[in-house]
Amino acid sequence: MLRHILALSVVLGFGLGAAQGELEIFSWWAGDEGPALEALIELYEADHPDTEVINATVTGGSGVNARAVLKTRMLGGDPPDSFQVHAGEELIGTWVAADRMEDLTPIFEREGFMEAFPDDLIELISTDEGIWSVPVNIHRSNVLWFDPDRLDEWGVSVPNGWGEFIDETCPALQDQGVTPLVVGENWTVQHLWESVALAELGNDDYSALFEGDLPWTDLRVVAAWETFGDVMACTNDDAAGLSWQQATDRIVAGDAAFNVMGDWAAGYKVTTLGLEPGTDFGWAASPGTDGTFMLLSDSFGLPVGAPNRAEAIQWLELVGSKEGQDAFNPLKGSISPRVDSDLSLYNAYLRSAAEDFASDAKVGSLVHGTAAKEAFMSEFATVMEIFLSTGSADAAANAAQAVATQVGLGE
Amino acid sequence: MRTNDRLVAFLMLLPSLVLLAIFVYGFIGRTAWVSLTNWGADATQALALNPELAFVGLENYRKLFTGLIDVRFRQDLVNTFFFTLFFLLGTLGLGLGLAILLDQKVRFEAVFRTIFLFPFALAFIVTGTVWRWMLQPSGGVNVLPELVGLPALEIRWLTTREQIWQFDWNTVPAFLAAGAALAFAYAAWRAWGTGRRVRAGVHGILTLGLAGWAATGTPGVTLLPYPEPHGFNVAFVGIVIAAVWQLSGYTMALYLAGLRGVPEELREAARVDGASEFGVYRHVVLPLLGPITLSAMIILGHISLKIFDLIWAMAGADNATTDVPALLMYLRSFRANRFAEGAAIAIVLLLMVALVIVPYLRSSLKGEVRR
Repeated sequence: MLRHILALSVVLGFGLGAAQGELEIFSWWAGDEGPALEALIELYEADHPDTEVINATVTGGSGVNARAVLKTRMLGGDPPDSFQVHAGEELIGTWVAADRMEDLTPIFEREGFMEAFPDDLIELISTDEGIWSVPVNIHRSNVLWFDPDRLDEWGVSVPNGWGEFIDETCPALQDQGVTPLVVGENWTVQHLWESVALAELGNDDYSALFEGDLPWTDLRVVAAWETFGDVMACTNDDAAGLSWQQATDRIVAGDAAFNVMGDWAAGYKVTTLGLEPGTDFGWAASPGTDGTFMLLSDSFGLPVGAPNRAEAIQWLELVGSKEGQDAFNPLKGSISPRVDSDLSLYNAYLRSAAEDFASDAKVGSLVHGTAAKEAFMSEFATVMEIFLSTGSADAAANAAQAVATQVGLGE
Repeated sequence: MRTNDRLVAFLMLLPSLVLLAIFVYGFIGRTAWVSLTNWGADATQALALNPELAFVGLENYRKLFTGLIDVRFRQDLVNTFFFTLFFLLGTLGLGLGLAILLDQKVRFEAVFRTIFLFPFALAFIVTGTVWRWMLQPSGGVNVLPELVGLPALEIRWLTTREQIWQFDWNTVPAFLAAGAALAFAYAAWRAWGTGRRVRAGVHGILTLGLAGWAATGTPGVTLLPYPEPHGFNVAFVGIVIAAVWQLSGYTMALYLAGLRGVPEELREAARVDGASEFGVYRHVVLPLLGPITLSAMIILGHISLKIFDLIWAMAGADNATTDVPALLMYLRSFRANRFAEGAAIAIVLLLMVALVIVPYLRSSLKGEVRR
């Protein structure tokens, strides 16, 4: 019953043009990110004029609302033909674990994706049983943003590590009445945490945390929380009321010097604010993480029981193709994971990100679904809350370990 | 003929009975069942097409009230308590005040009445969005003083992390027992006054027992092996303001109807007896508004316990300082895929609402039968 009502509402919402075939694409790309998805859909429709594409989007950054809707649909036995999902544990820990996805290895082999995508990325989207989604873009999480002219004006330079930031950069800026580092609502604070933790722990220990090989109560992790506490002392006190865009605006307005945000911030600055990369805004790997690319990736998968399986497979082939990715990514403000993408289509920031992606070591983002399963990711907000309200690194470490044990992190 | 009538009546009621049985009571039952299982503890079953659930008894509830990471749920309960308290005080106080003002035969009464009642017509999501803008750190209310040349306020309405009136979670059973002791003491006093000695004695013994248990630190019950501070999150002040703004017009309408129901003769009689205008309200009008206050408290009380959309719009779902159980239930179920724990939170909420609603339904149904 519910299925039919849902299906009916979707059909009514998008018009009743009875084409020969249908393909329902489920994503959270609306608003600023809508045109990129539209470009991909247009390409698909050009190749398959008989198929009507149903673009089912649920708004909300990072898929916070879309994922909830998807879960009710999947539990009700009404999967879309293909849905957007963060590559990595968000896909594997939730959907592959529940045996709801089809293995895409045949598509990867047939379409040459095995060679087109870097090995460490394929490893991220695979288990021993198969490859589970086609990545369409790559975003970087550990990026420090600033305005180069203003830094000169204030007489500070980009810090090389969090120690330098805490001891020198932060007091120098605070003396001039400038917020050294701006953060926004809870998830952006967690976003900052993953960059600080990566810098303090190093790539191996950072990854070991999520594989269950390094306990969260280890002294190194507690020390990272303490550093994080010192960094937070350099941030604005009205964080919870700011979206990530508002936090970015503070840097543009000159009220704040730095922030750590994913590189969708470059898309916002270039497309929405009309700024020039390199001159109007500058970037660097977040302090202490030079040579490491903390990545997250959007991808599309094929749920078991997709009503239009053949069309969905055509869609996945397009999503992974050079043509599809180079149409999508310049508009989205992300880079293509393909090694053969046409860099001339991308802006200065994205070209530099693509170079780093090709050469840097790669680790997964916690906050954006790559490194840890959803149950941990969601409860990490509570861990952060415990840290922010108690200010105790030990309490946070113990809480994180308790969550990790409860959800079976790394199993 | 008569049996025929009853049959027709039964058939007429049947569809709604069936729908209610399935979609209300059936789903309550299913939620209660889910809350006793481990749905979501195992990722391979959480979102499987036909999840295999194992019965775990009250484990999910035990975790909520005594587990290390569920400190957030406990703070949410405390948040709900304070929110409900101030929301009720605010709406009832402001509603009554507005009603009394309008009762003074002011000109354009209908206009004022409409203006005051208007926010009630808005959805919480709209109110929340409007007040989110009003309470921005550097806009809205905070810049109002600049209009008259004063410096802008620096109040962190929704984003402050300040917590006041802190207490240890382990003292909650003592507070509950003390509250129950007070209730029994009152019942004993009432029973004594009406001459029911035995009943008074039983209630008196219960009072002493509970009071003694609370006073000695509730032996036999330890929630947590360590002290866990909870308190009133000051960030809720902004949310209380928005909620009071939305619903005080509604209580005003209730009270105004009540005030109009007080016969003019009664007031006149009081005035003839030499009562001041204040005295008329204090001794004649307000006592007659008692039943209205009770209805308003119950309607507002259950709105307050279920509040979700207002906070979602004002502060977002992830801002734990302004979190309430209903939001946590959503996050647990649909973000963390821990459906059993989400269901347990839902059942706790249901019990809290039932505690408010059921006595009211009982008393109002009794009244109807008597009529």
